[in-house]
Amino acid sequence: MKQEIVFNLNGEAVRVEVEPEWTLLHFLREVYGLTGTKEGCGYGECGACTVIIDGKAINSCLYPVLEVAGKSVTTIEGLASKDGELHPLQKAFVEQGAVQCGFCIPGMIMSAKALLDEKEQPSEDDIKDSIAGNLCRCTGYVKIIDAIKTVAGGR
Amino acid sequence: MDGLQIIGKRIPKRDAPQKVTGSAVYIQDLKIPGMLYGKILYSKYPHARILKLDTSKAEKLPGVRAVVTATDIPATFRIGVMKDNPPLKTGKVLSTRDEIVAIAATTPEIAEEALSLIDVEYEELPGIFDPLEAMKEGAPLIHEEMKSNVLKMPWKLVCGDVEAAKKESAFIVEDTFSTPWVTHCCLGTSGCIAQFDTNNNLTMYSNTQIPSLAQNDYIDALAAFGLKNKRVRIVQSVIGGGFGSKLDTYAYEYIAILLARKTRKPVKIIFSREEEFFATSPRQCTITKISHGCDKEGKLTFREIDMILDNGAYTSWGATTPSVMMMPISSLYKVPNIKYVAKCVYTNNTYSQAMRGYGNPQATFAIESSLDQLAEKAGIDPYELRLKNANEPGEITPQHFKITSCGMKECIDEVVKRLNWKEKKGKGGNRGVGMASLIHVGGGARVYKSDGCGTIIKMDDFGKVDVFTGSTDIGQGSETIIAQIVAEVLGISIDDVNVVNNDTDVCPWDVGAHASRTTFVAGNSALGAAKKIKAQILEVAAKLLEEDPASLDIKNGVVFSTKNNEKNTPLGKALRKLHYTAGGKMLMAEYFYDPANENFDKEFKGNLSVSYAYGAHGVEVEVDKETGQVKILNYIAAHDVGKAINPLLLEGQIYGGGLQGIGYALGEKMIYEKGRLMNGNFLDYKMPTAKDVPPVQAVIIESDEQDGPFGAKGIGEPGLVPTAPAIANAIYDAVGVRIKDLPITPEKILKALKEKEGSTK
Ligand code: FES
Ligand code: FES
Repeated sequence: MKQEIVFNLNGEAVRVEVEPEWTLLHFLREVYGLTGTKEGCGYGECGACTVIIDGKAINSCLYPVLEVAGKSVTTIEGLASKDGELHPLQKAFVEQGAVQCGFCIPGMIMSAKALLDEKEQPSEDDIKDSIAGNLCRCTGYVKIIDAIKTVAGGR
Repeated sequence: MDGLQIIGKRIPKRDAPQKVTGSAVYIQDLKIPGMLYGKILYSKYPHARILKLDTSKAEKLPGVRAVVTATDIPATFRIGVMKDNPPLKTGKVLSTRDEIVAIAATTPEIAEEALSLIDVEYEELPGIFDPLEAMKEGAPLIHEEMKSNVLKMPWKLVCGDVEAAKKESAFIVEDTFSTPWVTHCCLGTSGCIAQFDTNNNLTMYSNTQIPSLAQNDYIDALAAFGLKNKRVRIVQSVIGGGFGSKLDTYAYEYIAILLARKTRKPVKIIFSREEEFFATSPRQCTITKISHGCDKEGKLTFREIDMILDNGAYTSWGATTPSVMMMPISSLYKVPNIKYVAKCVYTNNTYSQAMRGYGNPQATFAIESSLDQLAEKAGIDPYELRLKNANEPGEITPQHFKITSCGMKECIDEVVKRLNWKEKKGKGGNRGVGMASLIHVGGGARVYKSDGCGTIIKMDDFGKVDVFTGSTDIGQGSETIIAQIVAEVLGISIDDVNVVNNDTDVCPWDVGAHASRTTFVAGNSALGAAKKIKAQILEVAAKLLEEDPASLDIKNGVVFSTKNNEKNTPLGKALRKLHYTAGGKMLMAEYFYDPANENFDKEFKGNLSVSYAYGAHGVEVEVDKETGQVKILNYIAAHDVGKAINPLLLEGQIYGGGLQGIGYALGEKMIYEKGRLMNGNFLDYKMPTAKDVPPVQAVIIESDEQDGPFGAKGIGEPGLVPTAPAIANAIYDAVGVRIKDLPITPEKILKALKEKEGSTK
């Protein structure tokens, strides 16, 4: 039986009907058409599906969609400004060469954003901890860590 | 090469903005109206006879649109390098990834449910999971129609006289090394969408690394399925990682084709992560017996290797990796006498494929570990031994490789300098340093009859260009490299270059994204096409400006006379003139580049690549003797790349390769028990995370390769080749135990430490 929920998605209020067994990831990708959030495993081990819920980085593949009712969800699509200006993290990832195949990148950026929203000047270990649950097979993480550092350092 | 505007610059990857905003479309994200979802039922057992198969319940499930089994394909149809693999199995199953039934349904959930309604009755058969067992006299045959479990691919390379060299060697070492199954772990899983038009022409949305060869495979398949003379178009979505995993076509692709044909609807198959682990083809495991000799001065005298590779139940490119292993075996350092024999053996395990390095990491692990043993026996510093035997420009190796540019010594020196080798080597305190070098193909590799790549360039009305390349961007950044090359030659902004690289309907032919060949081969192809169209542009502008074309050039999108700067015209204006003049024409150029490298002859000799990439890695480790944990304190990866066309992307290849190498060295292993994968998930399979990143320096050595585009050589694979032996050597230096079986786990170190203590008591 579908249920109606209201929550905030990328800064806008949405009212949607969802099946109770859906995960947030399923809703975002398959129902709402926000495919920027990726599925790399579907069981909480790769971080490709990371979104921010009320300020926390969360694996949306394990998160029941019903639970976002009344909460605020940010996905990778919600980062750039309305006129298309990239978020500083997005810019840094591009400029520092942190992107290869890119499949891990939306989740990676969301984890980094949650960190930077919480800590003004994270240490290198904070940065590594924040993305430890985000697997990347291409980059060796070095330039990803650099990109996050640049953003933290530049403020 | 002065005055370069765009080559050598740290230019961000052009598709990165799409990827950081989530707007890049991967195969997972693609939907086509009316699309159905396909799912595959795999064998329950690694070796069994199928006694009964009943799909009737599944067929009746609402939402199921088609069920296919082996009866839907001609009994003789096979895929793979040795044509030993039917995409749907009947009679006997040979591994737990054997496909038996596939379903197409309106949702993935229905397809999944339908799989659970299929009844298969098996008679389980005893399996063979160890290649050594499979090689024994009288072992049951995996493929009953074959005479032996040993593949009919007799890999054998003999150069000089190893037996004579042994007699003359002052020092000889001999040992056995082994490597495990490891898998690519592409973050985007495998998948495709097959779609037929009303004339039965096929469009395949795919993430293949080999569009032109896949096209050929599908055309053959369609013909076998009764659809002769059909067109196949391959459209590549953004690819979520390759690393060699997509160098072949696989059963699931043919299954999607069968389901699409049966339903007359587009059918999408996307692997779950579980499938990605057990049903894709990993890097094969090897058992390597190696012996090395040198004279009193430390000059290498011979290298002899006997290798056994677990091929698994079927044959993909993994079986041909010994051809590439021959490269380090014959030509890493100067070794006059070589003997190498390799056997690939069928077992009831998963079947193997190429993975970054194509056999080179396995061979180099044995070679570079053994060299350290030899250095110790000969009483020479391992660094001195390496330097003494290092390759040099102008050398012709025993396998007939012609070494052009070679920065091996420079790489070794960088490692020694940056690691502070002389201070740190052999100092104990549970800390140690180790190094290892590499050779890899850097100028294409003639593994097929052709090593070519085509490029087409056309100019629009505004001085912008579209470049159609056969090459595939699997995330490494070839799109950006090609745009840089074209922009540099044409004297235009890189923003004015559009690269089209994902559609066989418009892109020219290419042999695929393998062998670190794309920058070199596709780069040279783009360079040739750009030069051609530049000549045409200058011809046109010469008429307009009433100048000799030889005295014209282009800069910032303006054609100008080098003699008289006043004489100039914006590119777009010249082109518009051309289009809007009676009897006008359009500018377009094509170029096919096929490097002057050679297929191996019958003795496996020949100049495989027109240039070779070199490198050396050095590492300092600290080993905790209580826990067996290895901590990497410093990692230096020095690579001779010819010329760095884009250092930003190049470093990415070195860092990314390096960490894959660290995973290979210290953690990764697919644990197979009796043909079943026991750790097919990211929790139990230890792929490195951000926390495993050591302090690492990528050192770029430029040796200016004469045949490379702007002097460049390939760098896609080298980054992980010497990692494992460098780490193994460092661990030995730190605590005196040599781990010969990857991965080097704390348990193995503790065990070896214990044994060592036992033996010294
Ligand atoms: S898809 Fe959610 S953690 Fe992998
Ligand atoms: S960029 Fe490919 S997985 Fe991270």
